[in-house]
Amino acid sequence: MSDMLSAAFITVFITTVIAQAMPLMLASVGETIGEQAGVLNLGIEGVMLVGAYAGFVVTLSTGNFWIGMLAGVVGGVVANLAMLVLNVWLGLNQIVIGLAITLIGEGITSVLYLQNYTKSPASLGQAPKLAIPGLGDIPVVGPAIFQQSGIFWVALLIALVLAFALARTNWGLSTRSAGQKPSSLDAAGGSVMRTRSIAVLLGGGLAGLGGAYLSLITTATFSPLLTNGLGFIAIVITMLSRGRIIIVMITSLIYGLAVAIGPALQVIGFTIPADLIKMLPFLIVIVMLILFARSSVVPPALGSAYTRGAR
Amino acid sequence: MTTTATSEVISLRDITKAFPGVIANDHVSLDIVSGQVHCLLGENGAGKSTLISILAGMQQPDSGTVAFDGKVVDITSPKVAVDYGIGVVHQHSTLVPAFTVLENLMLGESSMLQNTKRAEQRLGELADLLGVEIDPHALASDLGLGQQQQVEIAKAMWKGSRLLVLDEPTSMLTPQAIEHLGESIARVKAQGLAVVLITHKLREAYAMGDCVTILRGGRNVGHIGVEQLAAYSEAEAQDAILAAMFGDDLAAVGDEASDLAGAAEATREVRAIDFDDRPVRLELRDVSSRGLGRDIEADGVTLTVHEGEILGIAGIDGHGQGALSEVVAGQRPVASGTVFFDGEDITKSGVRSRQQLGVRYVTDDRLHEGTVGSMSVALNLVIKRIGQRPFWKSGRIQPKAVDTEADRLIQEYGIRTPSPETRAGTLSGGNIQKILLARELTNGAKLVVVNKPTYGLDLKTVHLVREILIDFAARGGSVLLLSTDLDELIELSHRIEVISRGSLVGGVVNDGVGTAEKVGHYMTGAIEGTD
Ligand SMILES: Nc1ncnc2c1ncn2[C@@H]1O[C@H](COP(=O)(O)OP(=O)(O)OP(=O)(O)O)[C@@H](O)[C@H]1O
Ligand SMILES: [Mg+2]
Repeated sequence: MSDMLSAAFITVFITTVIAQAMPLMLASVGETIGEQAGVLNLGIEGVMLVGAYAGFVVTLSTGNFWIGMLAGVVGGVVANLAMLVLNVWLGLNQIVIGLAITLIGEGITSVLYLQNYTKSPASLGQAPKLAIPGLGDIPVVGPAIFQQSGIFWVALLIALVLAFALARTNWGLSTRSAGQKPSSLDAAGGSVMRTRSIAVLLGGGLAGLGGAYLSLITTATFSPLLTNGLGFIAIVITMLSRGRIIIVMITSLIYGLAVAIGPALQVIGFTIPADLIKMLPFLIVIVMLILFARSSVVPPALGSAYTRGAR
Repeated sequence: MTTTATSEVISLRDITKAFPGVIANDHVSLDIVSGQVHCLLGENGAGKSTLISILAGMQQPDSGTVAFDGKVVDITSPKVAVDYGIGVVHQHSTLVPAFTVLENLMLGESSMLQNTKRAEQRLGELADLLGVEIDPHALASDLGLGQQQQVEIAKAMWKGSRLLVLDEPTSMLTPQAIEHLGESIARVKAQGLAVVLITHKLREAYAMGDCVTILRGGRNVGHIGVEQLAAYSEAEAQDAILAAMFGDDLAAVGDEASDLAGAAEATREVRAIDFDDRPVRLELRDVSSRGLGRDIEADGVTLTVHEGEILGIAGIDGHGQGALSEVVAGQRPVASGTVFFDGEDITKSGVRSRQQLGVRYVTDDRLHEGTVGSMSVALNLVIKRIGQRPFWKSGRIQPKAVDTEADRLIQEYGIRTPSPETRAGTLSGGNIQKILLARELTNGAKLVVVNKPTYGLDLKTVHLVREILIDFAARGGSVLLLSTDLDELIELSHRIEVISRGSLVGGVVNDGVGTAEKVGHYMTGAIEGTD
């Protein structure tokens, strides 16, 4: 059995963990920013699908993964416009709009895909790798982490920059206050409307990016309902992470581990029922919920529309 | 900002603002002059906060203008107000509890990166100006009310303002903190800023104000100019203010209003009642509470309240008053000790069964815990009697019975509301408090726990509420009165206990002689002990 744990095996394992964790991480970071600003987006599942499909189509026709990722962001932003207009501007119920976005996103992407690609299911192939000189040559870890696509590094950078920005910049302060006590932001001369609008669009863009990461890199193809509940897991992770993006990143990694470990165990020679392997990530989420849900804190103004001077 | 030699005038002209069913401001005109403290007085619901909201850009007037030295300005949003240098401390806190002091102060800045150094420096300047000390890294929710107030003032002055507005800043403060605030206001004034101060306490208006304007039913019904106010004795000023404030109703309030206004030191007529002969209504034996939040818990509290007795609990706000009252009301679990009511052990019984026994609780969190803002005034008045006749019959609400009862209570307590159907949340602060009191003091109450019952109320209502409590006790009811207002405690209580950090540190029988000094002695002892 020990020779099964060869260098190549571990490399594949780490690569899988990262590939599974990244889409969830990006989406959860987006959801975190929205929730910190007071907007709970239950539409994230649909937004991710739109991003995944847009990225897939564009990459297929241009052959360029970077343009594909960008298309994912644009798709996510567009999908979230519904939340922007109906909730932030018009004050309609977030839950209803969110569920509608999910349903519509699921429907539209499935229909479009089945119409255009069923006859010849397309695979995208591999995104170009960026081997980092020096580090990329380290055995095991080198190929797993330092020969990722450049997109991985950009995504990681985005998450880290946002982690800093949310905690330490005036933009982050405004965003968090919009979820804590919008009247305070308003009274201080900030704009609740603008702050929440930016947060919703940013959240949409990140969820779309997460979706595109899933279709372009993790699976290298699209299929209907590709996200398979990932958006809802992102909502759970967001709630458990109390607005701290670093924790979002760590929990996403744990999820990636949970997805990768089943197949890995099988390879090593454990006989585990396939159903159990599929369930494992969800089981882990449930365990995390049971352990930590009691300490989850959501922003006090989450879900409520703000009107100046209303009593 | 430097002191300007010529003083600027901010003039409000014919400001009118209507809400559904009320005209909150009815052609109000007044001048605010820099370097002066302009006091704004008036009953609950007179329209003071509305006028301030218009200055702050939170509300838009239906008509009327605001001008700086004759130049008309349009305050379309709070941002515009901030840019014009109008700093406002609103009646209800605008601090974000989860943010640090510094974060609260920097909120609203538009640059991307935070300049923490500059912010700390600015806070230092303002702290010097106000004569206070503020820890920039403390969480707002960890600060006492007096300190939160100081942070709010610093925030209002953050951008170097020309006008500082304080909407009832003193209603929750201890006497020392009020004195401190007075000194800060004097310093701000000396800097050449205009100050508007809203208060219900005439003593404060006289002590801190340079001129006074009185609102009544949304209208400016009286102004006492600078020279005139300076020429008045305190008693004369109070008479003039009361006359404007209550008009014809003054007769109904009588001399006692001027007592309440604070012309005389509060005293209590000595009533020779020996409570030891009376049955014990409430007894706490070594009770400690166990809550979830970060506020101070009750810690080994032992006390008794007899039938017909008012027991006052004095102390600085946030020293466990909330925990103590919730333990008695049944809202907070007891960690150790026993609670007896009429000799029966009720330690384990819940809110509902205690209510049926006759325990009532008037919370100090009237906005959130106390009322359901989105429901009508009428429903809020009977909400504790859900499912009971005559308001509910076989599961259905009886609108007629509810309305009759609501009308009666609205009358009796003078609740100012456009109609019983108005959403409770839209009423002015004082009127929301009246709803709470009206609801809790009726219908078979035997013991009421009242936490800061008169905070934010106008003179007439303060008087009314105190009368009601005294009357309630005279008819055999028991009252546990938690208050930060020493005058109120001395006026109402038969005995006063002092609470500090959740424990009772000393008790005084209020026999009229030197009670204030004795209570004060325990309180300062407690304060020194905590530092
Ligand atoms: N946003 C609003 N919606 C509806 N009615 C309002 C609103 N704001 C104020 N009102 C009404 O306007 C009137 C004036 O209220 P305001 O808060 O200005 O009184 P106030 O003088 O500050 O009283 P208090 O001393 O109790 O604070 C009240 O009748 C109140 O019910
Ligand atoms: Mg007010």
